[in-house]
Amino acid sequence: MDLAEEAAQEAFAIAAERWPRDGSPQHPVAWLVATGRNRAIDLVRRERTLQHKTRLLKADQPVASVDELDLDDSTIPDERLELIFTCCHPALAVEAQVALTLRALGGLTTEEIARAFLVSEETMKRRLSRAKAKIKLTAIPFGVPADRLLPDRLAAVLAVVYLIFNQGYPGRGDLAAEAIRLGRLLAELMADEPEVHGLLALMLLHDSRREARVVDGQLVPLAEQDRSHHDQAKVEAGHAALAQALALRPAAGPYVLQAAIASLQAEEEIDWDEVAVLYEQLERLTGSPVVALNRAVAVAEAGEPERALELVDSLHLGDYRYLHSTRAELLRRLGRREEARAAFERALGLAATEPERRFLARRLATL
Amino acid sequence: MKYALLIFPKPGSHEALAEDQYESVNAEYWALREDSRCLGGAHLQPGDTATTVRYGGRENLIIDGPYADTKEVLGGYYVLDASNLDEALEFAQRVPAVRLGGAVEVRPLVEVPVETAH
Repeated sequence: MDLAEEAAQEAFAIAAERWPRDGSPQHPVAWLVATGRNRAIDLVRRERTLQHKTRLLKADQPVASVDELDLDDSTIPDERLELIFTCCHPALAVEAQVALTLRALGGLTTEEIARAFLVSEETMKRRLSRAKAKIKLTAIPFGVPADRLLPDRLAAVLAVVYLIFNQGYPGRGDLAAEAIRLGRLLAELMADEPEVHGLLALMLLHDSRREARVVDGQLVPLAEQDRSHHDQAKVEAGHAALAQALALRPAAGPYVLQAAIASLQAEEEIDWDEVAVLYEQLERLTGSPVVALNRAVAVAEAGEPERALELVDSLHLGDYRYLHSTRAELLRRLGRREEARAAFERALGLAATEPERRFLARRLATL
Repeated sequence: MKYALLIFPKPGSHEALAEDQYESVNAEYWALREDSRCLGGAHLQPGDTATTVRYGGRENLIIDGPYADTKEVLGGYYVLDASNLDEALEFAQRVPAVRLGGAVEVRPLVEVPVETAH
């Protein structure tokens, strides 16, 4: 799985939820939210199938080793870290990594995992046993990788945990809670890895908004959320994890940066200059043009629409529709009506959903 | 655990090297071969020298060309005795074909019990 792309998408989602739903003139990219809302509805639908079926594991619950997944032997808790590195080995398909991790460390049954990923129990059973057979036959090691391998392998583990979190985030939260539990476990076992704390912070900050974020199956953008419904304990735990990450090493990785952005965007008054700086760092790390687009939006919000337009025009995103809609909005703000009209028309031609189309058409009509 | 490292060079990638570069790449292949964990290996002649025999009903068919009808054909292999997959993957990543745009497939060998091995 491509971590950079995943990071970029999430960064995009973070930025997206900042803009109000229906595009008041001073806000450039409201349609991002409509898209996010669709995604949320989709996930809510999926989560309904999971509902209360997922049971949460207490931290001290015994875990099964890979060989013993179908047995209920207890193993030594100290081996949980070795186990997660084995489950998240890159020689296994990502969906197998996720399933094995949930099975071995999340304490979910095969049936529960199958439901969470909308496949039959038979399919999930086959997926798990194929993965276990591969671990055995190819001698995938049981252990924490050597230092020279650790950065890549840790990134793979974090990606799996984050994938589990995102699968559960907008919905019922059982999988998200599992992911946070795994994040806490990692933060305890690998206390000197800043990205581990960064991921935990990112998940906690996002999860703190769960109650306020989805109302009646609709995604509510951060600016419109009822902040009294934010989980303060999680916000504080998120800030604490972020502080821990930042204390460890000056050069922040992608999770630390995203957590820092999430933290800034949770403030009443958003420091857009700072957000833009963080996106710039994230862009440098990931090389993702989608992150660059987010950065441009932050630059515009910070009061520099001309510079934002320059940034947008330097991106190679082809027919990526948000590029054109962002560009159109920036041109509109700069009073370049004819160019804005052309850009809105192009964006309209690329729009994927009805709410997006309606929004862009309305915009176009005001020019 | 023994592994076969099946080397699929990007077609033309090795032939395109200048002579001195080719020499040094070749030396890298030999250095890997001389690793004490490396039990064997071979560099195969190009795919267009291959002849494939396959079942054809009444009589077997003998066909010009490699078995798989793809551009990338097996260019050679190593057999490696490594303690686990990570070790084999590290070795595989040092095979020059990877750097030159090709691929290495790592497959464990079926363990043959000592008493039946000859």
